[in-house]
Amino acid sequence: MTINRRDFLKKTGFGLGGLLVQPDVSKLVTSPGSLKGGAGMLFDASKCVGCTECQVACKKRLNTLNPEVDISEYDVNPHDLSAYTWSLIKLYKDETDDSRSSFVKVQCMHCLHPACVSVCPVGALTKSEAGPVVYDDKKCFGCRYCMAACPFDVPKYQWDKVFPLIQKCDFCADRQEAGLQPACSSVCPTGALLYGEREELLLIAKNRIKNDSRYVDHIYGEHEVGGTAQLYISQVPFELLGFQALSAVSLPGLTWPWMAAVPGVVVVVGSLMSGIYWFTKRRNKLQLEKEE
Amino acid sequence: MTAVVQQSKPSFGAGTIILAGLSFFGFVLMIIRWATGLGATTALVDSRGWGIWIGFDVLCGIALAAGAFSVAAAVYIFQLKEFYPILRPTVLTGFIGYGLAALSIAIDLGFPHRIWHLLIYWNVHSPLFEVGWCVMTYVTVLGLEISPIVFEKFNLKAPLKLIRAITIPLVILGVILSTMHQSSLGTLFLPMASRVNPLWYSAILPILFFISAVAAGLSMVIIEASLSAAGLNHRLEVRLLGKIAKVIPYVLGLYLGIRAIDMLVAGDLRYMFTGDLFSFLFWAEVILGVILPIILFSMPTTRKNRYRMFWSAVLVVFGLIFNRINISLVGFDGAPYWPTWQELFISIGMVSIGALVFVLASRYLAVFSSHSPANAE
Repeated sequence: MTINRRDFLKKTGFGLGGLLVQPDVSKLVTSPGSLKGGAGMLFDASKCVGCTECQVACKKRLNTLNPEVDISEYDVNPHDLSAYTWSLIKLYKDETDDSRSSFVKVQCMHCLHPACVSVCPVGALTKSEAGPVVYDDKKCFGCRYCMAACPFDVPKYQWDKVFPLIQKCDFCADRQEAGLQPACSSVCPTGALLYGEREELLLIAKNRIKNDSRYVDHIYGEHEVGGTAQLYISQVPFELLGFQALSAVSLPGLTWPWMAAVPGVVVVVGSLMSGIYWFTKRRNKLQLEKEE
Repeated sequence: MTAVVQQSKPSFGAGTIILAGLSFFGFVLMIIRWATGLGATTALVDSRGWGIWIGFDVLCGIALAAGAFSVAAAVYIFQLKEFYPILRPTVLTGFIGYGLAALSIAIDLGFPHRIWHLLIYWNVHSPLFEVGWCVMTYVTVLGLEISPIVFEKFNLKAPLKLIRAITIPLVILGVILSTMHQSSLGTLFLPMASRVNPLWYSAILPILFFISAVAAGLSMVIIEASLSAAGLNHRLEVRLLGKIAKVIPYVLGLYLGIRAIDMLVAGDLRYMFTGDLFSFLFWAEVILGVILPIILFSMPTTRKNRYRMFWSAVLVVFGLIFNRINISLVGFDGAPYWPTWQELFISIGMVSIGALVFVLASRYLAVFSSHSPANAE
C-alpha cells in the first residue's frame, strides 16, 4: 500500500461520512420498472355493483392455466386474496350510512417500481415493458421476501403444497400479448373496470373527478409507491375501502442507494483494514528496533 | 465407563447428552419439514410469511456471530496479540453461527433444494441476494480461518502453511463481508416502510444493524468465554475480557446516539409515549438492552468481576434479540403469529447443534490454545 497516513485518514473519513448521509430517494430512478407508460386498469368503485363476474372470469382462467387448482374456494366467497384467488370483489359496508358502503376490487397493483421485483434474490419476478409484473416459477426458491416487501400484501403462497410457489395476479400477461383484455375487465358489465393505456386511464379518471363533485379528489395508484398500473377512483374515502395511505416514494429506491454503495464499502473497508494493518505492523517494527 | 478408558478428559456430562438429544430431535424435524412442507409444520400464513426461523435463527444468529470478525480484526489487523487466546473460540463460534444461519435459510425456503439458484440467477438489487452471497462466502472464509485446528490435530504441515500465508487477506475479506451483510440485514427491511412499526423502522437501518451487531458480537465473546471456562475447565481471561468490555459502552453509545437522532429527525418521538405494547417493548429493549449495559460496562467494578461482566453481556445479547424480533415479528404488520412446536424445536435444535459442535471441538481440537500464531510474531 502506498498511501500516506494523512491521505488515508482523509479518505476513510469521507468514506464513513458518506455512509451516514441519508440517501435522497426522491431523485432516484431505479432500473427495475422505471417505465412510465404501459397498460393499466381503472376501477371506478362507484360503478361497481358487486356482481363478481370479474372474480369468476379470473378463477376460470386460473383453472385453465392449471387444471389441478382447486377453485372450490370460490363457492364460499373468500374474504381475502390467496394462492387460488388472484382477484376479489370486497364489500365495505357502512352500517349507519349505506351510501358510504362500496364494493372494491383487489388484485396485484402492478407497481411501476415494484418492491417485489427489486427484492427477489433470484430475479423470479420481473416487470415487463407492457405493464404486468410476472413470475417465473422455475427460478423461485420460496424465500417469501416478495410477500414481506409488498406494500399491498398481494403475493400469496401455496401453503397446502409441500413445495409451494408464489401466486398472484399476472395481469393476464398471456391474454394481453395475444391482444386480448384481461379476463376480469373483459366481462365487467357496468364499465366499472376499464383496461387501457395507463396514461389514458389517468385522463379518464381526472375527467370523472372534475365533472362529478361526489368523487374523492384522489386517484389511488397515480402516485402511491411511485405509481401503480391499477388505478382507483371512488366516491367513498379510500381508507374506508381498505386502502392504506402510502407515500409517493418508490420502494426499490429505498434500498438501491445502499445496495449501490456496496462496492464503495468494499473499497473503503478494504483499504482501511489494509492501511491499519500496514500502520500497526510498521509501528510494532519500529518499536522493536528502538528496544534493541 | 469401563476402567480401560485412560483419558484425562472427563466423560460426557448430562449437558452434552441433552444437547445431543435436542440436536437430533431438531434434525429429525428439519427432515419432516422438508418432506411435508411449510404449511404443515409452521404457523406461517399469507400475511405472515416470515417467522422465528428468519427473525431469530437468521437475523440474531448472524448478528451474534459478529464477534468473529471483530476479534479477528483486533488480533491480525490492529495486531493486539494479547487477544489471541480468545480468537479461536470466537472464530469457531462464528463459523458455527454462520453455518447454522445458512441451514436456517435453507430450512425456511419453500424449495430448500433450490438454494443453489442464488449462484446462477442474480438480482443485485436484492438485499437478500447480497446477504446470501456474503453468508456463503463468509462461511468459507471462517472455515479457512478455523481450519488450522483440524490440520494441527492431524499434523498436516502443508495446508497449515498455506492458511497461515493467506490469513491476513482472509481476515480483511472477513471484515469487508461482515460490514456488507451485517448492514444488509437492515437493508432487508427498508422497503417495508409501511409494515414495520415506526419505533423500529428507520431509513438508516443498515447502519443501526451493523453497529448493534458489533456490540452484541463482542458481548457474545464474553458470554462464550465465561461459559466455556466454566464448562470446560479453562482459565478465564478476565483481564482480557475486561478490555473487550471497555469497548462495548462506546459501541452501544454510538448506536444509542445515532438511533436517538434518527428517531428525532424522523419524528418518531410521539410513538414512544403512547403506553401501548409497542412503546413498552421499545423502552424495555432500549433501557435493558442498551442503556443499562452502557452504565454497567462503564463501571470498573463490572469489568473486574467475571459474573457481572457475564450478566451485562447477556443484557446486550437479549437487547439485540429483542430488537431483531421486534423488527421482524412483533412490530411487523401481519397476521397474529405464534410459532408451532415444530418451529420452536427446530430453532432449539439449531442452537443445540451449535453448542454441541462447539463443545466437541473444544474437547478434541486445540480451540483453547495459548500460543501465539506463527505469522504474527
